Amino acid sequence: MATNTLGASLKRKEDPRLITGEAKYLDDVRLPGMVYAAILRSPYAHAKIRGIDTNKATKQPGVIAVFTGQDFKDLPALPCAWQAEAGRIKNNVNTPRVLEIDRVTHTGAGVAVVVADDRYAAEDALGLIEVDYEPLPVVVDAEKTTFADAPQIHENAPNNICFDWSIGDKDGTDAALGSSDVVVKQRLVNQRLIPNVMESRGCIAQYLPASEEYTVWMTSQDPHIMRLLMTAFVFGIPETKMRVIAPQVGGGFGTKIFLYPEYCLMAALAKKVGRPVKWAETRRENYVATTHGRDHVTDIEVGAKRDGTITALKVKTYANLGGVLSTIGPGIPTTLYGRMLSGAYKTPHIYCNVIGTYTNTGMVDAYRGAGRPEATYVVERTVDLVARELNLDPVEVRRKNFIQPGDFPYPPADNILAGLKYDSGDYEKALNKALEMVNYSSFRKEQAEARKNGKYLGIGLSTYVEICGAAPSSWIGVGPTGQGWGAAMWESANIRVHLTGKVVLTIGTQPQGQGHETTMAQIVSQELGIPMEDIIVQLGDTLGTPFGYGTYASRSAAVGGMAVYNSAQKIKEKARRLAAHLMEAAPEDMTYEGGKAFVKGSPDKGKTIQELAGAAALAYSLPVGMEPFLDDVTYYDPPECTYPFGSHICVVEVDRDTGQVKILRYLAVDDVGKKINPMIVDGQIHGGITQGIAQALWEGAVYDENGQLTSGSMMDYAVPKASFLPTYELGSTETLSPTNPLGVKGVGETGTIASTPAVVNAVMDALSPFRIKHLDMPLTPEKVWRAIEATQM
Amino acid sequence: MYSADVDYYRAKSVADAAKALKENKGAKLLAGGHSLIPAMKLRVAQPTLLVDIGHIDKLSGIKVGKKEVKIGTLTTHATVAVSEELKAACPILVEAAGLIADQQVRNRGTIGGSLANADPASDYPTLITALDATLTATGPKGERQIEAKKFFKDLFTTALKRDEVLTSITVPAYGNMPGMGGAYLKHRHPASSYAVVGVAAMLGLENGKVTRAVVVVGGATANPIHAKSVEEALMGMEPTEENIAAAAEKMDIEATMGDAYASSEYRAHLAKVMTKRALMLAAQRAGA
Repeated sequence: MATNTLGASLKRKEDPRLITGEAKYLDDVRLPGMVYAAILRSPYAHAKIRGIDTNKATKQPGVIAVFTGQDFKDLPALPCAWQAEAGRIKNNVNTPRVLEIDRVTHTGAGVAVVVADDRYAAEDALGLIEVDYEPLPVVVDAEKTTFADAPQIHENAPNNICFDWSIGDKDGTDAALGSSDVVVKQRLVNQRLIPNVMESRGCIAQYLPASEEYTVWMTSQDPHIMRLLMTAFVFGIPETKMRVIAPQVGGGFGTKIFLYPEYCLMAALAKKVGRPVKWAETRRENYVATTHGRDHVTDIEVGAKRDGTITALKVKTYANLGGVLSTIGPGIPTTLYGRMLSGAYKTPHIYCNVIGTYTNTGMVDAYRGAGRPEATYVVERTVDLVARELNLDPVEVRRKNFIQPGDFPYPPADNILAGLKYDSGDYEKALNKALEMVNYSSFRKEQAEARKNGKYLGIGLSTYVEICGAAPSSWIGVGPTGQGWGAAMWESANIRVHLTGKVVLTIGTQPQGQGHETTMAQIVSQELGIPMEDIIVQLGDTLGTPFGYGTYASRSAAVGGMAVYNSAQKIKEKARRLAAHLMEAAPEDMTYEGGKAFVKGSPDKGKTIQELAGAAALAYSLPVGMEPFLDDVTYYDPPECTYPFGSHICVVEVDRDTGQVKILRYLAVDDVGKKINPMIVDGQIHGGITQGIAQALWEGAVYDENGQLTSGSMMDYAVPKASFLPTYELGSTETLSPTNPLGVKGVGETGTIASTPAVVNAVMDALSPFRIKHLDMPLTPEKVWRAIEATQM
Repeated sequence: MYSADVDYYRAKSVADAAKALKENKGAKLLAGGHSLIPAMKLRVAQPTLLVDIGHIDKLSGIKVGKKEVKIGTLTTHATVAVSEELKAACPILVEAAGLIADQQVRNRGTIGGSLANADPASDYPTLITALDATLTATGPKGERQIEAKKFFKDLFTTALKRDEVLTSITVPAYGNMPGMGGAYLKHRHPASSYAVVGVAAMLGLENGKVTRAVVVVGGATANPIHAKSVEEALMGMEPTEENIAAAAEKMDIEATMGDAYASSEYRAHLAKVMTKRALMLAAQRAGA
């Protein structure tokens, strides 16, 4: 009998079909009579559409129909779920339309669609559509777009400001800065990133006129939300008229949370042409039409005492949201960014002002970490800048300011976390472990020695804390105390123990590679004592799964996992009562352990879960009032978020002559609470670190002054390769979260959140002999070389 | 990522391929397809006919002689990168082949395809220039030899005629010559893996003095070029670090290539730094 599965590095249940190619992704789905769509996208970043001539395209062989935005005028612009700035952001305003009608605000916006017998014919016809554009002036920079001379993008957003959001205590922060021994100011640019999922997006829609029902297959992290948004906020039909299916999803990193115009377009087309319609995104389209991440311009002012005690932090950030708003775009640089600016430190005064701006660029929304990488970058660079200014060891400055184990639950200063409190932590323990692993003191000696020989080594730390397990619904949602996200954030799980004792678990979360089919089964296996092979996890289909908000924000274990856990408790309880009845014992004398219910003290005589499942299903003899079958569902709303933390250390060498940065070592000590499957945890950390390092050194989405994405393909946009990286050295500490019974925190994004500043801090440490304090990312060889050269003048 | 309409023809022989090229104005040769197919998917290239030479067996393979090595045009980068024979006879080519792109590309991409494409950022053109290779092409009028220095004409432009097929490349078996050493260094673009700058350096030593010096820089200009002033500065010198550094300082090529990742100024700088490093390695390998 399988027990102790929780905490075991079990091989993933989903891997055999993934490794053998048996798994079916969206583009593998083919329906009888299916036709194909190709979308004509704007080559202009900002233009009026004066007219579109589709005549030639319509006559092309193989073409079934060509449509423009005029054909979908009756559908509203897509919803934007962030409603925190009363009156400023309205639902269905300044968001993309199914196809744009009279104006485009970024390159890649869809303006027409061809439906054809095959995709090649559809693509051929795109070239025959004639669009009469009137190009308008363009602005792409997050801050410059607010300047008086910038072109106006939306009439209802003067100076291209979407929102102007402040938290914390401005006066208190200013006063504390005024009385600090030192104040360090720095501009930090967190460049725009392209998320680069392995499977680009796609959608297939089918419409059955007799029943007026849509079925929509899509690459989604949250099929239930997609159905809700499409039916209630775009098509104006009952949810019961649409089924959304997410097949195997090949990576999301946030980009597959959102409702995109193409999904609504396919559903609308399926009805118009009366056949199932497929659109599979090309990589080029993915770069211009799928959401991007980050893109902040931030000015910080930090005050400190001479001994390194931080006294105040003031942050002003311009957050680029793109030409139109993505589903939750404005929620990222606010709730998930500003509210985490205390980091792991007892900063007594904090004030943060975020200006969300429109520019003629692609939409920006959550990308792995979503706000917390930007916050961690600000905080961890700030701590290093303080250390540099005061000529102190960055390790000591961190120690001096850490929130201490006895301080939890800890509410960051000036209520910047809006009533929430960090759950638990021991930041110094993780730091000490990482320092021991890297052998910090001997490294400093080695570094000094190397400098004498013209070798520039550097070490960088990132002692991060982040927020996972989103979120208590009343905290995140639209309400008097809420953050204004037009959602709740509970999760669901339904456990059904069939007659044979085999379990079907259905969940509302939706993996894109995280391994839910394994980890969620591990929770069931542990709690009910049922072998892993007897448990199947079903998900990804609004038909047959309980409503859930989906997988993102590292929430599936801490929220969805608890729904699974609680359902298992309910099953246990029923099994226990049934066993008491069958054994003619008092229910209060019974216990459930290791897959069976027995009278306390007599584990040998009991009823196994398989026997009880059979008895419950057959229902020949049940206690009075008990329903047949072991089947229960839980909707779990978390009482708090969870706060993973840790210490990452990066060791680099900078080639003085070329500026090339080489990562010599990368160490990470993460505390993610209880690990359900340590192998999967390590995998998450590996991937996350890699993405974070890539931001520091290689990646960067660049728009030119005309709003053209010059980093428009993988020939220019540097996705990290394994050969660029060292073998990561991982360690961990375990501080359970007191907010949930398993003590889990979350791990999906920690690597990305932590690693970027560790790398930049390491490079700045290496460059300290040149008195270089800060360079903006990515730290490309030419940039580093030029910075060094500039100091030699 | 959907190409325009194109016809396909599988050539039975080199002559057959040359004939197909001659008869079809919009035809393009297909070898490994690792430059052409991506360009077609972006509709940057829209040939009307693909003439596939990939199934002509005799076009691939490495023949190592005492003085020369003949490499068939279809020989993949992966084959070159692991050839023990070639490693002995012309090690710099093996070193470079292993640095091209990634394993999947190396498994499909061919030496002839790379050279005929003449991408300024690819590796082989730099090597072929440094090695003073001879390229053999076959057209409707038969076979002809082209010297490497006359092969590259401009960005993506070679001396090959529209109806000619590059069939083989002949390089010197310098590995068998005493006192010769070579090295290829590459600054890899982190996205494309192409060479931002590639430097091929070869040194011949007699009695501890440089009697032959070759430095060719790729990636900085439309086609690879010899750094003549560096080569001249090395002749007759002892290959000490000081002498090599002084020679590398004389690098005077004018970089014309530049992009968002690396400006032309930075490329010129890289050429200098990498030349010094490549020469040091070459000298060591030559037995200095």
